[in-house]
Parts: sequence; C-alpha cells; structure tokens
Amino acid sequence: MTTLTPILSKNWDRPDSFTIDGYQATGGYDALRKALTMEPDGIVDMVKEAGLRGRGGAGFPTGMKWGFLPKDNPNPRYLVVNADESEPGTCKDIPLMLANPHVLLEGVSIASYAIKSNQAFIYVRGEVLHVIRRLRQAVADAYEAGLLGKDILGSGFDLDVVVHAGAGAYICGEETALLDSLEGYRGQPRLKPPFPAVAGLYASPTVVNNVESIASVPGIVANGAEWFTAMGTEKSAGFGFFSLSGHVTNPGQYEAPLGITLRELLDMAGGIRAGHELKFWTPGGSSTPIFTAEHLDTPLDFESVGAAGSMLGTRALQIFDETTCVVRAVGRWIAFYAHESCGKCTPCREGNYWMVQVLDRLERGEGTEADIDKLLDICDNLLGRSFCALGDGATSPVMSSIKYFRQEYVDHFEKGGCPFDHSRSTLWADRPNTTEGGGNK
Amino acid sequence: MSENHDNGTAETERTTSVFTDEVVARLAQDAKEIIGRYPKPRSALLPLLHLVQAEEGYVSAAGMEFCADQLDITLAEVKAVATFYTMYRRGPGGDYQVGVCTNTLCAVMGGDEIFASLKEHLDLANGETTQDGKVTLEHVECNAACDFAPVVMVNWEFFDNQTPASAKQMVDDLRLGKDVAPTRGASSLCTWKQASRVLAGFDDGRAGEGVQATGPSLAGLKLARERGWRAPDPANLPSSDEQGEEGAK
Repeated sequence: MTTLTPILSKNWDRPDSFTIDGYQATGGYDALRKALTMEPDGIVDMVKEAGLRGRGGAGFPTGMKWGFLPKDNPNPRYLVVNADESEPGTCKDIPLMLANPHVLLEGVSIASYAIKSNQAFIYVRGEVLHVIRRLRQAVADAYEAGLLGKDILGSGFDLDVVVHAGAGAYICGEETALLDSLEGYRGQPRLKPPFPAVAGLYASPTVVNNVESIASVPGIVANGAEWFTAMGTEKSAGFGFFSLSGHVTNPGQYEAPLGITLRELLDMAGGIRAGHELKFWTPGGSSTPIFTAEHLDTPLDFESVGAAGSMLGTRALQIFDETTCVVRAVGRWIAFYAHESCGKCTPCREGNYWMVQVLDRLERGEGTEADIDKLLDICDNLLGRSFCALGDGATSPVMSSIKYFRQEYVDHFEKGGCPFDHSRSTLWADRPNTTEGGGNK
Repeated sequence: MSENHDNGTAETERTTSVFTDEVVARLAQDAKEIIGRYPKPRSALLPLLHLVQAEEGYVSAAGMEFCADQLDITLAEVKAVATFYTMYRRGPGGDYQVGVCTNTLCAVMGGDEIFASLKEHLDLANGETTQDGKVTLEHVECNAACDFAPVVMVNWEFFDNQTPASAKQMVDDLRLGKDVAPTRGASSLCTWKQASRVLAGFDDGRAGEGVQATGPSLAGLKLARERGWRAPDPANLPSSDEQGEEGAK
C-alpha cells in the first residue's frame, strides 16, 4: 500500500506557516545554507540524480533543463518560475504559495545559485490577490533576513527576485508565451527552437520551472537524491501533490509518491460521494485524455498513465460521478480553450471555435452522427498542428470522451436533448431540504 | 454554453478621460518604481496597466497613453497588450468584481446554478454592473481552487464552496456596504481599485491576514497525521532493492 508523504505541505497546519519565522522554525532555509557551500554544478548533478521531473505538466527532467544553459553565452542568465497555474482542475501551486511562499523562495535561491543566475522572476497569475500579497511579503522578509539580495548569507552570491503579476491569460502558462508576457507583450508562444535555455527572457539563457518543481529542490538538497528516489518509481521519482476535486467525499491536496493509484487516493479521500459511482476523471487536468473506472489501478506516474492513453499532467484529478453529462463537461472545456486560444495558430483558433459550435448543437440535442465524426475530424486537424500544446490539449477531452462515451453523444440527439438532470451533480444536490443550497460551510 | 466571454463593456460605452497634471505627476513616481524593477522597461507594461486601472477602475485611453509615454512605445503597442488580457477592464465597472467560475468542474458542482441565480437576483447579464456601481457580475475560468468547488472570486479573493444562497447573500452584503470576508484571503475585501494597486506591485500590508490553509488544503496532511504517515527518513532509507514501484512506506 502506498502512503502519503507530506513534504511541501508538512507545515501547513501551523498558523504561521507562511511567515519566515514559521518556515525557519521547521528547518526552512537550512537547505540554502547547505547549497551555498556546494559547487553550483554539484547541485545540478544532484537534481539530475534525483530524477526530478517538471511538475507543471510536461514532466521534463528539471536537472537536464538546467544543464542545457550554454556555458559560453555572455548574456545574463535568468530563472523564471511559472506560477501561472490555470490548467482546469489544477489547484496545487496556489495553496502552496498561500501556505508556504518561503519554500518556493528557498528553491528559487538554490536553483538560481545552481544555474548561476542573479535575477529571478516569479510570474504568478493575477487572479489570486492574496497569494500575490503573501509572495511579495515573503520576498521582502527574505531580503530583510539576508536570504535574498546582495551577498546572501555571506556567500558572495547575489540574487534579486521580482514577483510579477499576470493579467488573465491561460496561454501564459506556456513557457514561451509566459516569457513574451513577462517582456511586456501579448502572451503568444514562440517557435522552438531556440528553446528558452538558449534564447529565453530578453533572448538570454533562461530556465523556466513550475512552482512545485522549484519548491521540491530544497528537500532534495537537504536530504539527498537517494531520499527523493526512495519515493516514486524508477522513471517517475519522488513525490507530488495529487489534487482531488469534484464528486469525492473529501476533496483536497494529497501529497504522495508518484505511482500511487486513484483507487488508493479515493480510499484516503473517503471515496466517491455517498450513493454515487465514478464515471470519468482527468489524471492531470482538462488537457489530459479522460479516464474511467477501468483505470482506477493505473499507477499515476508518467510512464503508466502514458501507456494507458493519457498523460500525468499536473495530477489534477477531477472526479465526476454518474450524474455528470460528459457532453456538457467536454463542451465547457472546449469553450474554455476557444476563449483562451491566443489566436496565433489557425488550427487552434478556428478548430476550437468550430468545436464549440458543434458541441453546443450536440448538447442541445440538435446534432447528428456526422457531428461526432466532424469533431474527430477537427481534432485530427488540430493535434500537433500548432506552436504550443494548447491546441493539442483541447483535442484530449473531445477524442477521449468519444472513445469512452460515444453512445452518450448519440443519446443526446436521439432523445432531442440532454438526458441528464444537472441539478443532481451539484455540491448541494444530496443535502436534505435544500433546493438551491441554503448552507455555505 | 458558449456565452460571450468578452469583457462586458462595449466600445461605445467607453468614456474618454484625461489624466490631470497632478495625476500624471503622481503616477509617474509609481511608474518609475515599477520600471526600476526590471532589466528592460517594457517588462513593466502589465504592472503599469494594473496601475492605471487602480486609478480609474479600468484601462482608459488616457491610461494607455500614460503607459505609452512612460515606456516610450506607441499607443497601438499598449492597446494590443491591454486588449489581450482579460483582467483589464475596458470600461467603468463596479467596486466589486464578482466572478463565478463556470469552467467544467465548478459548473458541474453548481457554478452554473450560482451564476444563473446571481444574474436573476441582480438583474444583470454577464459583464454588467449594478445601478449603484457596487457589483460587476461575470463568469470566470478556472481559478485554481477546484478542491473548493464551486468557487466565486470577488476582486480576485477566494469565496470557496459557494451556493446560490450564499452568493446572493454575499452580493447583497456588498451592496449594503457591509464588511465581507473571503474564505481564504484578507480579513475583509478591498475595492477593485485597491486590488489593482496590489497587482501593480504596491503592498497594502495585509499579507499577514487570513488563514494559512484550510479545509481541502489540509485533507491529506490531516490524514497523514492521523495515520502516522510521513516521508522517508533520510538517515534511514530503505535499501535500494526495496525501492521502486511501491514508493514510501
């Protein structure tokens, strides 16, 4: 049996977990002290040995990303933290930064030292006001304590950190769009190569890492690569947040080794809400093909989820029970992709626009069998045909839902409307004596 | 389903405002500080747009001109950016921006019912503002709080696990001028303009308010504490042949 491994969340039940004192009282910044006594390249090697893979969805090895920075480029190097958490279902970085911004800052210091950068940016989505307050306060307190700024802890290492608030654009979670946005432009993806390691922020060598990836670094430095690889699987080492949401008894953040299964997680979370059964779920956000009850025992690591036809993504486990209409769910996701498509690539811009029209029609019961094929045809013209993964992501829920629930699409037009009572899927549907949810807490 | 997602206020409703010399002088000080944070001035454009939004409640032509002047770029360049990002209002709005998440998970969990009931209760369409200038209602995309679904954001603070009844009560309280507190955030809401100023990078000293974590954020930790589960002890790791698929014991 796999058990939970609270690491990043281990101090979250301290009311002062977000303060510098609260963090230091639980060993915070000890890893930075250790790191500053090491050779920078030694830290890069350590993170490589640990096998830490990007926690923002793509799973690229973090240490390898750091190692890609060219040694002979005279431009300044930058570390940019991707805190633009916006993938539907994904809700781990925001509570992490709210409860413990300092573990991220400690990771930023260590990572910057390792890649020999003196300037880091935290690009945080703008729609989380209190998280931005906490981050900025943490940065100010870290400067005050000599943990950021000039000559950190007397090591001679300088680092400036800027917290940069975005302004509402899912696409800026894509690393090159994020860089364009940080440079003050519309957030639109760049053609790669060149990759950010070679020509990133201001065309300088840049590492872009997710919040959870960077926050995982202090633990690796403090406890060693072997500690990290003692968790998880051979190719998907370590731990991560598994974020359960939707029709589950106790939704929330469950920090566990990679390779845990949904069945194990559901056991921990009290199961599907009482009286209902699992219908479909996303392993890693809306951009990862949906799974069904047949995947309950699929180990949630990069390889196993991939082999089963989806992607581990951000471990955003959105759980839907039998009251949920899959056509409605997918239609809403595609409306999101259509809204968030930056418009740069025609297949994504037009494909999502048209999928919204077709899915609308199908949901209203006015579609036809040909509409289902039309959706698959659009997906065929979308997948792999845009600069970034936004367009690819949009095809995931469409293709996977038709694969597992084609009959449900058919039912809509055969019955001339949606066969589901949407009120049954709400948070308050099974509460006694409420038609519209009298309670709040 | 495919309701218009655009920011509500139409082009024709936009007011033409002018920044007085006093405003320009004051904001230029702030702008200088913002620009000074970045290796290249243009990086300051997003925060500068938050700054002019903090001044007027929206990004006006005068606000965009101010940004262009500060960065020595064209008005067209500023406009291209200001219209790309959904957090910049293109016309005047309420003191409180009430955004109901209607992305799939929140919609299924009741976000659609909450949004419909608020539209009816306030007699507003998406993007419209109450006559008293207090509340602008819109639906928003996923705000990274899915484990607290359904979620409503007000001036980008979290109102978790909402219901139609709780959301209606909340907007009524806002309109009556009562103190309203988010479920995870500061101990009371600030106004839209004040929030925009924080986004521009000027602290309001409220980071210490509110809980560190609550409810679902602590679900896993609480269970681990109950069952005595913890991460491996680095001083006592399992030998390498025990490692692998099973993970930490």
